[in-house]
Amino acid sequence: MIETRTATDRGWTDQRIENILGNLLRTGVLTSACVVLFGAFIYLIRHGRQPADYRVFRGEPSELRSLSGIVHSTFEFHGRGIIQLGLLLLIATPVARVAFAIWGFAEEHDRMYVIFTAIVLVILLFSLLGSGSAF
Amino acid sequence: MNIFEFTILVAAGSFVAGLLGSLTGLGGGVVLVPLLTLFFKVDIRYAIGASLVSVIATSSGAAAAYVKEGFSNIRIGMFLEIATTLGALFGAFLAAVVSTRAIAIIFGVMLLYSAYLSRKPRSPEERNLPPDPLATELRMNGSFPSEEGIRNYNVQKVPAGFGLMFGAGALSGLLGIGSGAVKVLAMDQAMKIPFKVSTTTSNFMIGVTAAASAGVYLNRGYVDPGLAMPVMLGVLAGSLLGVRILMKAETKVLRLVFSLVIVVLGLQMVYKGLIGRI
Repeated sequence: MIETRTATDRGWTDQRIENILGNLLRTGVLTSACVVLFGAFIYLIRHGRQPADYRVFRGEPSELRSLSGIVHSTFEFHGRGIIQLGLLLLIATPVARVAFAIWGFAEEHDRMYVIFTAIVLVILLFSLLGSGSAF
Repeated sequence: MNIFEFTILVAAGSFVAGLLGSLTGLGGGVVLVPLLTLFFKVDIRYAIGASLVSVIATSSGAAAAYVKEGFSNIRIGMFLEIATTLGALFGAFLAAVVSTRAIAIIFGVMLLYSAYLSRKPRSPEERNLPPDPLATELRMNGSFPSEEGIRNYNVQKVPAGFGLMFGAGALSGLLGIGSGAVKVLAMDQAMKIPFKVSTTTSNFMIGVTAAASAGVYLNRGYVDPGLAMPVMLGVLAGSLLGVRILMKAETKVLRLVFSLVIVVLGLQMVYKGLIGRI
């Protein structure tokens, strides 16, 4: 199949894929910004008057470190949990972009780049899911 | 200072950092961590976690504008992302074992280096290079629209670029920055990719690289929602505004001023790291 495609064909498809990916990224960022903003209102209304102190590093509690904890905290309507959910969406946006790129390269029958992109996706998923005591 | 005042001040500072970063093309991430640690007295691990999150936001937010121009090369980007994401994981694990003093010193040196790089006149692009067998095998050579019509380019020295990209990823994971400076070094100098292609491709890669280390930081509890919220929203708003007014603004003086700010922050980070007050 690859041999029958001309260079311009390939360029056009690349461009089309990039446009889809670009929109995906923008949508992901705007959605996560809205979720973060919503969580920020709840957080500031409830805790705005407490003293701020980030001098000493304590590390976040487990409910703000893992997906299950963050989702649970969101359902409890905790401001910090909702913000963290927004941040998780933000981190997931480039991951979704990489997953979509696999589909794009598969459309072009470019097996080599399907494999390269799959490697990147595995590394990203390992970082998100496998690097801590998460989930 | 209560949480409300802290949030407003950090958001305002992050807004200015994002605005200047996108106007000058130097990236807002580099000044965020010094801003948070030196002025807001935030622990450097929290600062790096928040900065990483904002790097993803700016990179992804700007990407939609970049792709329309048709400069970026997703094959080069995807292949090199294997190196940057592995490097980012390595950097994020390193961040847990290296002392905060050492991180501050490395950060300071990195700031000084980016300032130097931004003042150094760019060496002229080498054109019409012969195709490299490995780059051809990897289908990295491409073309892009320029003033003189469609320009073709042949990518050089893939292994050297791949190695440098691992280093760029490691710095990004360790310091919570986009490490655009090292990416430019790898793509412009080693791989001889035309400037427009390397800038836009590297912008695409920064978000994916930062996501790799952000996952580790989140799992480890280094991402604090109360701090990351104003940083991410501020930087995102600032950089989006920066992209809007970029066309009209005269950025030469701004670049000089911002480079000087980076030098001062870099020296302070090194000094605080050396005397152990970070």
